[in-house]
Amino acid sequence: MAKSDVSTKFNPRLGKKELDLLTKLCNAVSVSGDEQEVRAIVLEELRDFADFTTVDAMGNVLVRREGTGANRVRVMIAAHMDEVGFMIIKDEGDGVYEFKVIGGVDPRQLAGKPVTIGRDHIPGVIGAKAIHLTTPEERKQVLKVDQLRIDIGPGGDSKVKIGDRGTFATKLAVLGPSIRSKALDDRLGVFNLIQLVKHTPENVDLLAAFTVQEELGLRGAKIAAFAFDPEIGIAMDSTPANDLPHYDGLANTSHNTKLGDGPAIYIMDRGTIGDQRLIKWLVESAEAEKIPWQFRQPGLGGTDAGEIHKTRAGVPSVSVSVPQRYLHSAAGLIRVDDELNTLKLIHTALKRLDRSILNRQEKK
Amino acid sequence: MAKKNNSLWTILQTLVETPGPSGSEHVIREKIKAEIEGHADEIYTDALGNLIARKGTLKEGGKRIMVSAHIDEIGLMVTHVDDNGFARFMPIGGISPLTCLGGRVLFMNGTRGVIGMERLEKDEHPELAKLFIDTGATSKADSQIGVGDVCGFERPFLDLGKRLVAKSMDDRVAAAIAMEALKEVQPGKNELYFVFSVQEEVGIRGAITAAYGVDPEVGLAVDVTRTGDTPLGVKMEVALGNGPAIKVRDSSFIADPRVVKWMVNEAKAQKLPYQMEVLEAGGTDGAAMQRTRAGVPAGCLSIPCRYIHSPSEMVDRDDVENSVKLLVGLLGKPVSLG
Repeated sequence: MAKSDVSTKFNPRLGKKELDLLTKLCNAVSVSGDEQEVRAIVLEELRDFADFTTVDAMGNVLVRREGTGANRVRVMIAAHMDEVGFMIIKDEGDGVYEFKVIGGVDPRQLAGKPVTIGRDHIPGVIGAKAIHLTTPEERKQVLKVDQLRIDIGPGGDSKVKIGDRGTFATKLAVLGPSIRSKALDDRLGVFNLIQLVKHTPENVDLLAAFTVQEELGLRGAKIAAFAFDPEIGIAMDSTPANDLPHYDGLANTSHNTKLGDGPAIYIMDRGTIGDQRLIKWLVESAEAEKIPWQFRQPGLGGTDAGEIHKTRAGVPSVSVSVPQRYLHSAAGLIRVDDELNTLKLIHTALKRLDRSILNRQEKK
Repeated sequence: MAKKNNSLWTILQTLVETPGPSGSEHVIREKIKAEIEGHADEIYTDALGNLIARKGTLKEGGKRIMVSAHIDEIGLMVTHVDDNGFARFMPIGGISPLTCLGGRVLFMNGTRGVIGMERLEKDEHPELAKLFIDTGATSKADSQIGVGDVCGFERPFLDLGKRLVAKSMDDRVAAAIAMEALKEVQPGKNELYFVFSVQEEVGIRGAITAAYGVDPEVGLAVDVTRTGDTPLGVKMEVALGNGPAIKVRDSSFIADPRVVKWMVNEAKAQKLPYQMEVLEAGGTDGAAMQRTRAGVPAGCLSIPCRYIHSPSEMVDRDDVENSVKLLVGLLGKPVSLG
């Protein structure tokens, strides 16, 4: 096996090889329920690194990479392969299709966007009436999804079928210190998890779950966690950064996270109250290695941890996300530093992980 | 007899005055553990923090029964502290802005504070986003709390004679009842698991993992329920003082009819007052037990409670005592769910 060096030397970077992989992952079309493109990339990347690989009944890729030390901790890390997007529901002829959104997509983000449909990546556009023909009253209304159509033009229809999925057509671009893409949620997590399988610290058995259908309700993670039966669960995801200055000059008390402030550690979201021992472990790991970090403001939203922690007799779980502006739109934006620091934080924390952190030190 | 009851009320007062919102149950858990130590054959804490006490060992003709009373309470979590030290927050569990106003809070780190509100427009309904916690700090720098810090309401236990009032009767009164039953019951052939569960208020989470771990044959939640006995209140049969309520349904599960019948028969046998509970909104640990693994017959013993999820939840003293008697009777005999 062409397994990589001992993990202690691992220093995350985004060189050409890594950027090529991230680009391939981000440009893939992998909407919930049809994650085969990303799955194929993951399987190919990890063929030479995994001790065990399986694709389960729902399509999760489950990879086990064993450390070489004694008393290894069984850690499940989940990153979801699916993304939000569209599904073709009706063929109206002439290359025009009715569609529904899959996952949380704001209808205000749709009109006028180029899209990519199906496994053949057929290009199209989400059409709406041109401004010339709209009334001032119409322009105040938000266009509903059932008023919009995906238009691929005549002649391509034979390649698009009802049930096909599509995404925004945006290709990944590096913008100085930032990256722009349609699917950073959660291809960054997938990318990071691939790196961790390639550089697993010796003190853990890494149970890597590349999950499906997260955007529809953490469905893949539920069965992945049951199968792995881990001691600790971590979800790696992406979370909104609502950190632009307020237009009215008032203090921004609900930024969620801020770009450039480092990996976002979760305390509580809609689905999970993070395990306090694991939060402490992550914070101490970041401080020890001088990795910038931030707490994600407690709030709504959810990650695969929401299912992992409720599995079997319970799994202490926590989430870490890369902050991202404009999540679930045609173009999200992240800082490369935040991405690399997230990978660095998880790797460092794993290296420091000892089962004793789960001891409950409580006063009577 | 009087001595035992005093001890029940003393325990109840201690429990309701201990802060422990969902996810921060470590202090309340240790208090309960200290109190029940020596009364169980085995006591342990599971991965999510549920405190589990086993009494008895399964014998031919007995059943493995799980009793679940949740030890978390509703509370608040800090999301932001501004330059002047004012803290914004989000709810942990079901919190109404109306019951927050003027409230006092106690953080897990000992810091205290009061809840204030932005100026509202005329007729504007207050929302949580308009409220903040003032801990007396004069700046962000000297604030003793930060993002992620957790507090519960602070309100002393109030003994009104027949009626008792406190901030977290939901569900500490049930925890006290379960603790008392644990001490009194002779399990016979049954193997009893008393689960003091966590994170109920945010979605019955602790009971999900506890039920999987315990793998019971019968499940019984103990929790509070609403009443219909206040002026122009909701239409509901349950009233304070009319006895323990035997749950038929709530919005999280339909109690197993065999469990309901088992409970009714026991109440009749002991000549205890009881009332049937049909709760239109709300959920309990019974839902988690019912749907664990391949399924478990489950029900719920409910304590009637006014003003649930306010800082002043009221229960009836006799209902509490009768709930202990009903629970002890149920757990101490062979169970037949015919």
